[in-house]
Amino acid sequence: MAEQTSNNFLNEMDDYKYGFRDPENYLFKTGKGLNRRVVEQISSMKGEPQWMLDFRLKAFEHHLRRPVPTWGPDLSGLNLDDIYYYVKPTSGEEQSWDDVPESIKNTFNRLGIPEAEQKFLAGVGAQYESEMVYHNIQKHLQEQGVIFLSIEDGLRNYPDLFREHFGTVVPIEDNKFAAINSAAWSGGSFVYVPPNVKVEMPLQAYFRLNIAQMGQFERSLIIVDEGAQLHYVEGCTAPQYTTNSFHSGVIEIIVKRGARMRYTTIQNWSKNVYNLVTQRSVVHEDATMEWVDANMGSKVTMKYPSCYLVGKGAHGEILSMAFAGEGQLQDAGGKMLHLAPYTSSKTTSKSISKDGGRSSYRGMLKVQKGAMGVRSNVVCDALLLDPQSKTDTYPTIEIEEQDVSIGHEASVSKVGEDQLFYLMSRGLSAEDATTMVVSGFIEPLVKELPMEYAVEMNRLIHLQMEGSVG
Amino acid sequence: MAELVIRNLHVNVEGVEILKGVNLTVPEGEFHAIMGPNGTGKSTLAYTLAGHPNYEVTQGEVQFKGVNILDLEPDQRSHLGLFLAFQYPVAVPGVTMANFLRTSLNSHRKALDESDKGVSLPEFRKMMKDKMNLLKMDPAFAGRYLNDGFSGGEKKRAEMLQMAVLQPEMVVLDETDSGLDIDALRIVSEGVNALRNPKMGGLIITHYQRILNYIKPDVVHVMMEGRIVSSGGPELALELEEKGYDWVREKFLQNSETA
Repeated sequence: MAEQTSNNFLNEMDDYKYGFRDPENYLFKTGKGLNRRVVEQISSMKGEPQWMLDFRLKAFEHHLRRPVPTWGPDLSGLNLDDIYYYVKPTSGEEQSWDDVPESIKNTFNRLGIPEAEQKFLAGVGAQYESEMVYHNIQKHLQEQGVIFLSIEDGLRNYPDLFREHFGTVVPIEDNKFAAINSAAWSGGSFVYVPPNVKVEMPLQAYFRLNIAQMGQFERSLIIVDEGAQLHYVEGCTAPQYTTNSFHSGVIEIIVKRGARMRYTTIQNWSKNVYNLVTQRSVVHEDATMEWVDANMGSKVTMKYPSCYLVGKGAHGEILSMAFAGEGQLQDAGGKMLHLAPYTSSKTTSKSISKDGGRSSYRGMLKVQKGAMGVRSNVVCDALLLDPQSKTDTYPTIEIEEQDVSIGHEASVSKVGEDQLFYLMSRGLSAEDATTMVVSGFIEPLVKELPMEYAVEMNRLIHLQMEGSVG
Repeated sequence: MAELVIRNLHVNVEGVEILKGVNLTVPEGEFHAIMGPNGTGKSTLAYTLAGHPNYEVTQGEVQFKGVNILDLEPDQRSHLGLFLAFQYPVAVPGVTMANFLRTSLNSHRKALDESDKGVSLPEFRKMMKDKMNLLKMDPAFAGRYLNDGFSGGEKKRAEMLQMAVLQPEMVVLDETDSGLDIDALRIVSEGVNALRNPKMGGLIITHYQRILNYIKPDVVHVMMEGRIVSSGGPELALELEEKGYDWVREKFLQNSETA
């Protein structure tokens, strides 16, 4: 029922806290900063083949030559030399829940994960610090031939499949942060769904930063083979710190002919994190890729999930939501590249700014010469909760073909006095009324989330709104 | 006693005085009509009673159940049992009627009893079903977004549903008849009548007499230039319908000139 989500947040919001952390307890930590030796250490700790070490070193060299981008948010507060690039929490990976260390279980408990798992999970890949420590694949997934492993195990156990696809979607040279990730990556998921296999339950992974100034460079590689279907969910909450943190993930997704893939993210890094992520998919003939992306936390986020529509009839969708509170800049949006005929795409962006927060929609829409019959639609809605907050739109549109149908709409609205008065006249407090308007605004996104995430999303919205009125 | 008492109420909107000393008492359980030409302050009175922040009270007092409601926020007035049925209900996209009504019902319960845990889902569902039956509404209505894309008639019926759920003791119907065809008007009026009970009083603000054919008022007041200038029984409404407002205006202007 549609009413479920909002009702739950009203009932459950009280005891939800996310500013907790476990004592630091790590087996190995590199020194601060990224250098050749750190890269070699990471590769050696993981027992990687030579080609991967070469890949990392090549990326490291490229990163040295690549300046920090200046076309977007101000990143001058990010000191790349003041960050730990690799932390190894425990000695190995656990196969079952019983083997997961208590302190980590506590963290998960406080995030409500075991319950969610019982009810919904087909498999859990939970990332704690830089490494997968817990990985559980339900039996029927294995029987279907679905591979759901940590990225390290993916490389170890499926070297050919891995090497064929790794780094093909997001090349080392793509951008500064993709280069850093390629040099220092650790943790993340490797997923392969064989042809015509439909994974019915969403696969889920949880991410959590737990050490000050730690960079987290997770890397995921997802291959959905012809006619297969997958929904992958990644949710983050993180404790609060005072020094700047850095998160730079790379997600590579390949959606083969006739396959369907949805990738859902709820990003709620603590408000000192620079979250600079590269998420990209290559979408083949008649395949569908959907990004559902909710950005709640972080100090600065730069994230533009992309679909490279390379096969005839491929379809891409991006549903992007950003919440920018005090001191936050959410620079989100997406890229749709129509590189084949009769490809179609839909981008919906919703942003909320309050207490001086800034949100930007930054989008690229490209139609390559020869890609006839393309249909594309972009809708951006921004909601401003007070006069101090800001929103911007930076659309880039490059159309090299005549026979296309393109739509672009943008709107900015304010939470109206009349809306608040109306809701208050029915007994809602000013804060509840504002929260209700905001919840309604993002409802199109929330209803696309698996239920427990919808509940969490509404809790997060409520937390963000607490004390915001009067 | 759920009595509404308005004494010498003066209200400014954007610095301009609109209400210039309104005096009015609606005893518990009575329905009064306020009629008058456009622009005389009828809706200003409605918004002021509900506590809209843009309506600045410069003088006078409003008591409901013995409480000076001018000191209360709009939500507190609602909790006290006051309900304004809006002339132009506001759309809130993404929020279903059911979710909104449950939230507002729970806010009322919580105001009454701090420890209240809220209405249970089965209880709420049953109540919604009953109320919607009473108002002859399609149950699918509960799943629609609040006033979003509603027709004029649907908006007014949605207001009636809210009223049915919150069970106020004083309803202010602000031009509820405006924009309704005769069938919709009948349905809405029947809804109000179905909800009427000896404890519920009402203030029917209207330009036309026709709604009063369906909702019988105990007293009819005429408002002009920010004041109540004449009061009488239901026959006054018929007289206004027949003769228009000019004769009242003449009488009122005469009175104010002699005053």
